[in-house]
Amino acid sequence: MGRFGLVSLGHGAFLGVGAYGTTMLWNHIGLTPWIGIPISVVGAGVIGLLIGLPCFRFRITGHYFALVTLALTEVARLLIVALRDQTGGSLGVTPVGMVSPEEPISIYAFQFASKYVWFYIMVVVWLVGLLIWRAVDRSMLRYAMEAISQEEDAAASVGVQVTRTKLTVTVISAAMTAFGGAMYGQYQQYINPETVSGIAISLQIVFAVIAGGMFVQLGPTIGAVITILLGEGLRLGFGHEFHGLDVTIYGLMLILFIIYMPRGVLGKAAEVFSTPRSRPSAPSAQPGE
Amino acid sequence: MGTMLEVRELTKRFGGFTAVDRIGFDLAEGEILGLIGPNGSGKSTTFNLIAGALAPSAGSIKLDGREIGGLAPTQVCHMGVARTYQIPRPFRKLTILENVALAAYYGANRQISRSEAWKRAEEAMTLTRLPADPGLRVDGLGAAGLKKLELARALATQPRLLLADESLGGLDEQEMDQAADMLSDIRREKGITIIWVEHIMGVLMRVVDRCVVLDHGEVIASGLPRDVAHDPKVVEVYLGSDAESIQTQVAGRQAGPEAAVC
Repeated sequence: MGRFGLVSLGHGAFLGVGAYGTTMLWNHIGLTPWIGIPISVVGAGVIGLLIGLPCFRFRITGHYFALVTLALTEVARLLIVALRDQTGGSLGVTPVGMVSPEEPISIYAFQFASKYVWFYIMVVVWLVGLLIWRAVDRSMLRYAMEAISQEEDAAASVGVQVTRTKLTVTVISAAMTAFGGAMYGQYQQYINPETVSGIAISLQIVFAVIAGGMFVQLGPTIGAVITILLGEGLRLGFGHEFHGLDVTIYGLMLILFIIYMPRGVLGKAAEVFSTPRSRPSAPSAQPGE
Repeated sequence: MGTMLEVRELTKRFGGFTAVDRIGFDLAEGEILGLIGPNGSGKSTTFNLIAGALAPSAGSIKLDGREIGGLAPTQVCHMGVARTYQIPRPFRKLTILENVALAAYYGANRQISRSEAWKRAEEAMTLTRLPADPGLRVDGLGAAGLKKLELARALATQPRLLLADESLGGLDEQEMDQAADMLSDIRREKGITIIWVEHIMGVLMRVVDRCVVLDHGEVIASGLPRDVAHDPKVVEVYLGSDAESIQTQVAGRQAGPEAAVC
């Protein structure tokens, strides 16, 4: 969404809906994640729609959109904490386990004891994610979003349905994020409000996207690698002595990235390594005019 | 030629200020109508009301007998009305061709294929004499090029009615003549009806069939360019000392378009 001028700090909420939705359905009514995940993903899409519709109708963009979505992510976190009887509150929750040393794989519960299984699952998920990116990138939707992000009125005047287009992108993004949240929950077998919702995780998502480069297909991937390495490095280096240190550093780096490398690591690399494309340099009129 | 657009008692108030005050005019199919007047006379407001960028406070705008006043710009576009912007508003991150193709794709009132959109875009670019090189960026265009891009983008939506907003602003004399001829060609070749808002009167008067002159939000004169140019009220509030030269230009309009070969 970011590349289309919609900076969302609300993706923590969608992550939470995916993770908690799936786990709650499994723990409380025994619904297999094979059905629970799609339900949660659709649920996140609907929430994206509900938040997006008034925002886009009333042209809440830029900083204001970021603030609305920031509120959303906090609402999600606080809800998880408040509904502690169902969600386990701030202590988190574990999906009811179906795997044991004798039976390390439960397809029905979507639980796998082996990290290797998860590795392959995540590779597939990642590739599918890249394919979705590519599909969007090559569709007319991309042109429409580019146009809207630059000249919203002009886009409307040539027939682009501004609100609907923004909602489409928001819903796709929310649904993908919720799917990621669900995967995370199934892998970790433990989720808590801080790891799947709230400001910190939303900021981490934004940071990863900006650090890696949001205009390049592999940008977010590289960004995620940087973010996780940074997080783990800080954890190993400082332990838990400095609570909140990682978030502080993300914030600081975010500012540095925005100032010095707005297109991210990959975007910058692409800039450096590609020879300037044949674009007319003179601002004067084209010959033949 | 039937009436395409009927504007009646159209009014727009911004708070206590009435920008457009009960104006009315008709537009016949295939006609080029010049909408002129001094700064702040309500030209652009009228324009924005027709294009859907503003909702009227009162009055009606009928396209083929259907009310379009108050519809969203997207809806108005899909009903066959396209507009350009006075200050060009290109989508700068897209190439020139993509700008136009986007308009062709989304501006069509029914779903068309991408290849069809690109075909329509190339057609619109040929009509406006824009270079059809697919890699060309918007940054490479000068003032005249940007105006052409505005026109091409509007035309790509395959409008029946084109609203051209100051297509001459910022152009030199030769470019102005070319732009005027282009609008004339567009009407002739595509049968598109045009409302042309313009500040610079001489060139406009050469091309339009009829004029509506606004002042302080009201219609002060309308009719053939020749009559309007001699209207004492128009001379007084608008033409002033230029009156004579414009009257001469209008009188010589028979020779005009043919003489300006591009």
